[in-house]
Amino acid sequence: MNPDSLPSWWPLLLTVLFAAALSHAIWNSNGPRALLEEAGARLVLLAAVFARLHHLPKRRGWLLIQVRSAAIGNLHVISLVGVFIGMIFALQAGIELARFGQQDQIGPLVAAGIAREMGPFITALVLASTYGSAMAAEMGTMAVSDELTALEVMSIDRISLLVLPRVVALAIVCPAMTVISDMVGIIGGGFVASAQLGVGWDLYLDSAFTSLSGLGQTIPIPKDVFGGLFKSFCFGIAVALISCASGISARGGALGVGRATSRAVRDATITIIVANYFLTWMIYR
Amino acid sequence: MSGDGSAPVVRIKDLHKSFGDLHVLTGLNLEVRPGECLGIMGGSGTGKSVALRHVIGLMEPDSGTVEVFGKEVAALSTKELRALRRRVGYVFQEGALVGWLTVEDNLALPLRERGKLSEPEIQERVAEALETVHVTGAGKNFPAEISGGMKKRVSIARALITRPELVLYDEPNAGLDPEISRSINALMREVSDKLGVTSLVVEHRIECLQRVADRVLFVHEGKVLVDEPTEAFFQPSHPRLRAFLGYQQEPAR
Ligand SMILES: Nc1ncnc2c1ncn2[C@@H]1O[C@H](COP(=O)(O)OP(=O)(O)O)[C@@H](O)[C@H]1O
Ligand SMILES: [Mg+2]
Repeated sequence: MNPDSLPSWWPLLLTVLFAAALSHAIWNSNGPRALLEEAGARLVLLAAVFARLHHLPKRRGWLLIQVRSAAIGNLHVISLVGVFIGMIFALQAGIELARFGQQDQIGPLVAAGIAREMGPFITALVLASTYGSAMAAEMGTMAVSDELTALEVMSIDRISLLVLPRVVALAIVCPAMTVISDMVGIIGGGFVASAQLGVGWDLYLDSAFTSLSGLGQTIPIPKDVFGGLFKSFCFGIAVALISCASGISARGGALGVGRATSRAVRDATITIIVANYFLTWMIYR
Repeated sequence: MSGDGSAPVVRIKDLHKSFGDLHVLTGLNLEVRPGECLGIMGGSGTGKSVALRHVIGLMEPDSGTVEVFGKEVAALSTKELRALRRRVGYVFQEGALVGWLTVEDNLALPLRERGKLSEPEIQERVAEALETVHVTGAGKNFPAEISGGMKKRVSIARALITRPELVLYDEPNAGLDPEISRSINALMREVSDKLGVTSLVVEHRIECLQRVADRVLFVHEGKVLVDEPTEAFFQPSHPRLRAFLGYQQEPAR
């Protein structure tokens, strides 16, 4: 359809539809007050985790276990997804660039796009749906089977024992996995560049990595990479925090655990997407 | 034991608790004396667990007071509540063992978290606790790998490992077959006699309280209806209790 043929009230209709969907969502979440309370509770939990950072030496065993299962358990998923994201990106960008005979620029374009945006974003989404859901289910099961109450009755610091290692683990694993997904993504882009766009491997890789090595002004490491990793760091914390919080608040048996898990993945996904915009704005404005 | 020997360990006065329109406790009064094993009998949903939760400070009364070791639980600061909880063991209905820890680690957890004992001392205590509840050879298993009766024993061991002065049992026979129930009841009696621990047992099974309790209360509609020594309790005259225990018109056997 030709855009000119659209009537002038078209944007207005879109806005109204969007507003309707948004108010429907807010209405369904027990009203904005509950939403705010939930967000507040998560910030309080985050503060409580920070206040317990000095417990980390004592919790290093659990931290290591969490890091290992989050990283090793999802390495293959991240790699597979990362390669294809790189390929898609290269294909889309390549088609446009080829129109202007600029396909040589494919390397920098893919590298920047992946390091800044797609790598951190996709890695966090994958971790939210695989590891975040698992965390929420674990905590939820503990909540509905009185295990959390038992810990409370024994005066055991549950945040220090359960939440701290998980949050710190994802704060480490998410950026680390992002580095991997960045690398495989750039390589995936290279497949497409060389096989479908006729750009040589050497030129592709050379231009890709050169473009990434532009140092930032405040911090003397490549800005695109650092910006992406900083986002990953925030996403990792958010995913762990949201998953733990919704698991902990699970009530009512298996059904409650299921609800908590789906709520965790939903909220983490929304948070990653919304936070991504604001973090991007902060880093690159 | 704190203070003079005769002061009650738990004293609940006129405790009221509602959830919305549901009035669960409507003026509950009871005292648990040092060293005794008090049983609370009542149907499902009469608020027995709710009463226990008040004792350990998991819930606050709508009105009335709950005193444990002479201190009003609802008035304690977080720190004081923590100190009080350290003197109390709680055996949950479903065991509530931490699923991702082995039996041994479950038992060691409260000691490790408290950080007062060295690792060899903790190991020693764990072995001792497992012996007390007659569980041997399952220390390296996870809770999901052991039977229901074994789980119950381990959760009793966990409640005892910090050497509490008061132990609360929430339906200790729930989900167990009669034979295992008997062995758990024998164990509870043993804990009460040998260790001299004050116990509060909430249960609706006659056999359990007959075997374990020194004194039994009957709670109905949020209040105590009958308060008798065990022997007399099970020769009831109160019509509501007779009905609950399944006595028809004929006199007590
Ligand atoms: N936290 C709570 N919120 C709402 N209702 C509750 C809560 N805890 C218990 N109840 C209700 O109180 C009643 C008594 O519960 P409970 O003490 O668990 O019974 P029981 O005597 O079988 O242990 C039940 O109807 C239960 O649904
Ligand atoms: Mg109960």
